[in-house]
Amino acid sequence: MPTPCEPVASRPGTEPADPGRRALLKAGGAGVFLFAFHVPGVTASGSAPHPAFAPNAFIRIERSGKVTLIMPQVEMGQGIYTAHAMMLADELDAAWDSVSLEAAPPDTALYANPVFGVQATGNSNSVRAFWLPLRRAAAASRGMLVAAAARRWRVDPAACTADNGEVIHSPSGRRLPYGALVDAASREPPPGNPPLKSPAEFKLIGRPMKRLDTPDKVNGKAKFGIDMMPAGVKIATLAACPVFGGKVGHVNPDAAQRIPGVRQVVVLDDLVAVVGDHFWAAKQGLAALAITWEEGPNATVDSALIGDRLRAASERPGVVARNLGDVGKALAAGPRHEARFELPFLAHAPMEPMNCTVQVTPDACEVWVGTQVCARTQSAVAKVTGLPPEKVTVHNQLLGGGFGRRLETDATEKAVRIAQHVAGPVKVVYTREEDIQHDLYRPTYYNRIAATLKDGRIDAWHYRVTGSSIMARWLPPAYVGNHDVDVDEVDSAVDMPYEIPNFRVEVVREEPPAVPTGFWRGVGPNNNVFAIESFMDELAAAAGKDPVAFRRGMLGKTPRLEHALDVAAEKAGWGRPLPQRTGRGVCCQVAFASFIATVVEAEVDTNGEVHLRRVTSAVDTGTVVNPDTIVAQLQGGLIFGLTAALYGEITIEKGRVQQSNFNDYRMLRIDQAPKIDIHLIASGEPPGGIGETGTTAGPPALRNALYAATGIALRRLPIDREVLAGKKPAWRG
Amino acid sequence: MIKLRINGLDHTVDAPSDMPLLWVLRDLLGLTGTKFGCGIAQCGACTVHVDGQPVRSCMLAAGSVGNRAVTTIEAVGATPQGARIQKAWLELEVVQCGYCQSGQIMSAAALLASTPSPDDSDIDAAMAGNICRCGTYVRIREAIKRAAGYEQS
Repeated sequence: MPTPCEPVASRPGTEPADPGRRALLKAGGAGVFLFAFHVPGVTASGSAPHPAFAPNAFIRIERSGKVTLIMPQVEMGQGIYTAHAMMLADELDAAWDSVSLEAAPPDTALYANPVFGVQATGNSNSVRAFWLPLRRAAAASRGMLVAAAARRWRVDPAACTADNGEVIHSPSGRRLPYGALVDAASREPPPGNPPLKSPAEFKLIGRPMKRLDTPDKVNGKAKFGIDMMPAGVKIATLAACPVFGGKVGHVNPDAAQRIPGVRQVVVLDDLVAVVGDHFWAAKQGLAALAITWEEGPNATVDSALIGDRLRAASERPGVVARNLGDVGKALAAGPRHEARFELPFLAHAPMEPMNCTVQVTPDACEVWVGTQVCARTQSAVAKVTGLPPEKVTVHNQLLGGGFGRRLETDATEKAVRIAQHVAGPVKVVYTREEDIQHDLYRPTYYNRIAATLKDGRIDAWHYRVTGSSIMARWLPPAYVGNHDVDVDEVDSAVDMPYEIPNFRVEVVREEPPAVPTGFWRGVGPNNNVFAIESFMDELAAAAGKDPVAFRRGMLGKTPRLEHALDVAAEKAGWGRPLPQRTGRGVCCQVAFASFIATVVEAEVDTNGEVHLRRVTSAVDTGTVVNPDTIVAQLQGGLIFGLTAALYGEITIEKGRVQQSNFNDYRMLRIDQAPKIDIHLIASGEPPGGIGETGTTAGPPALRNALYAATGIALRRLPIDREVLAGKKPAWRG
Repeated sequence: MIKLRINGLDHTVDAPSDMPLLWVLRDLLGLTGTKFGCGIAQCGACTVHVDGQPVRSCMLAAGSVGNRAVTTIEAVGATPQGARIQKAWLELEVVQCGYCQSGQIMSAAALLASTPSPDDSDIDAAMAGNICRCGTYVRIREAIKRAAGYEQS
């Protein structure tokens, strides 16, 4: 393990990052929170003798010239391994083909995400959060290599440059490869404030580079958590009580143990697992157990009860997250336009079902898992086992989809509790049914909006979001430290891009009974952008204005979004005639520090079935690291959001989730996928986030397309085909 | 005992005859490239070829395979269609998380073998059984067409 010491790019004498001591800063109108942060570092001299130059936590150069880049954020399909490697290699002037990657071990001091103060990958912030820290670390390393070469040549370092893994002294034409400088560079002091490249000097950043993780993903070689096979591993699957919070009643282990391949039945208070030679034995064994459950007090909870409580809570005044002007007075002037919007619970359903491989011994525990929270996984396992954290080894793996599901450690904790009763390593694999029925769900939200218009513009806007606060559970200091306003829950609502003189956003925290909630791709903006952008179309109609023109008239202070809207409208053919029952809908948003306008074109048939024809997005996401990844993330993110709009809903009856697999928790498939055109707008601004940006843009643009096609204003997701077919009235809350 | 011919090699496995081929591949033979997604033939992550036909291995009893040849993602690159699909997949950077892509590639390679120049409706018919949660469908369609182009050029 590397030894923490002085940060390479910070003031001498400062200490390694400590989330507990960092000041929690609320960043103005952006609705994000930031922890003060400096680049953590390690010294080569602090570790055992090693023929490598390892000036910080992210870079290791061996005498062979091999450059290993340590990835602080996990790869779950978003291309971050490649983007972070490009950022490091560019400032390091490393030879791209000499680079290999390594997942960071659990270590909050070295690898915490600067925004969260937790070693977590999420909120579309991996490039944003590490944009300066990684580049500074690499630039400092390059400075040490250059200084070492200059010292050897007895020349002025300023006369030396670096390129493609070599230091070059141009006046004499001398060159030294980085591998030859490993020992000398390790003796150089890290520069305090290394200069970073200007955009014109970038060699990798901004170029469409091939992803480093994908070649092994087309031939079966890539290993995900579920593919771990430590020697002697047994396979287990589990059933927790289908009613949230319920306990195991009675099981019949004999029936399971008669099944060939079954080795062991593990009965815990809240779950049962069967361990076998293979998954098939475990699954059959589980079915044979004839488990009865003590369902407990949640057995009467259902979706109607949860909805009623949410609606009732929404009548309460909330905590004010932002207030401008005098909303009460402006609303009283009328005429007042009002609407309520509701979103359902959603499961994450990553293609790789939840799983974790564990070996527990008396004095140590080894865990193989794909997780978005590596250090939290280590501490969670330490807590379950009673071991000190340093006795818990976490081997982080590629993630077969994260989407927020793997920001939680519940599945790992269950696997460890099972493994504590098993001799040797055991891989615990969820069935898809268990995966969908024991998720931490995207909360159901209930939003109330009241607004007035004046001269074709919005004069007053009163928005109240009611729902679960995930942040209050997941990162309590960020909730308490922000006066009980969950910054995620109001994200993209407090910082609406439109100029509105009288403006108020409130939030009411109402936790649903029984159902656990968690972050889901698109997080708070999913809810807020849907409600806001849907209502914008209704207000445009009330104002007698075209939806694009109505929005554009209020975007004067957000020129990056105004431009994106112009590009999207033009590329989408906004205003051109369409066939009957076909419409275009627009969505404008600032989310994850990206400015994106999206137009969906969709058709509604007489049965109310929706056909996606085309999606056009224009995005200004600031400086782009890997442009092809930006396009891919938007394409995929749009599909993810449109899937939820078309199908996504988890419902609760008798305290349990009613959906169980892809037959009743449906996914959009290739035959329904629209043509998608993405237009990147060149920008010199700092990078924005992109992993979730398309997800939040898709649903409101689709809903507005359906509004244009049918005149029916849907205010609830998922889309109700009976309403679109005219068989029942639209939901009005 | 079940005898299977997988990727050109003969295997004898000690497994119940109703055990799905998926678990024989993954848990008994260590061929983990074939993925588990749903267990009910709804997602296509477990797609393999049996005598060249795409099959959902999560619902195919290993005992019913008999002497038919099984090909998995680990060996599909040795077939002309598989190699072309893999090449196009990388050229167009189809993959995101990659978990479903073994199945996508197996379905796409089988499509090219039966329909060398697939149109959009052929692609829809052949690929609609494969879910991609990352939403790579736009690129899958494009890459299949690209791969078909290699064949003709």
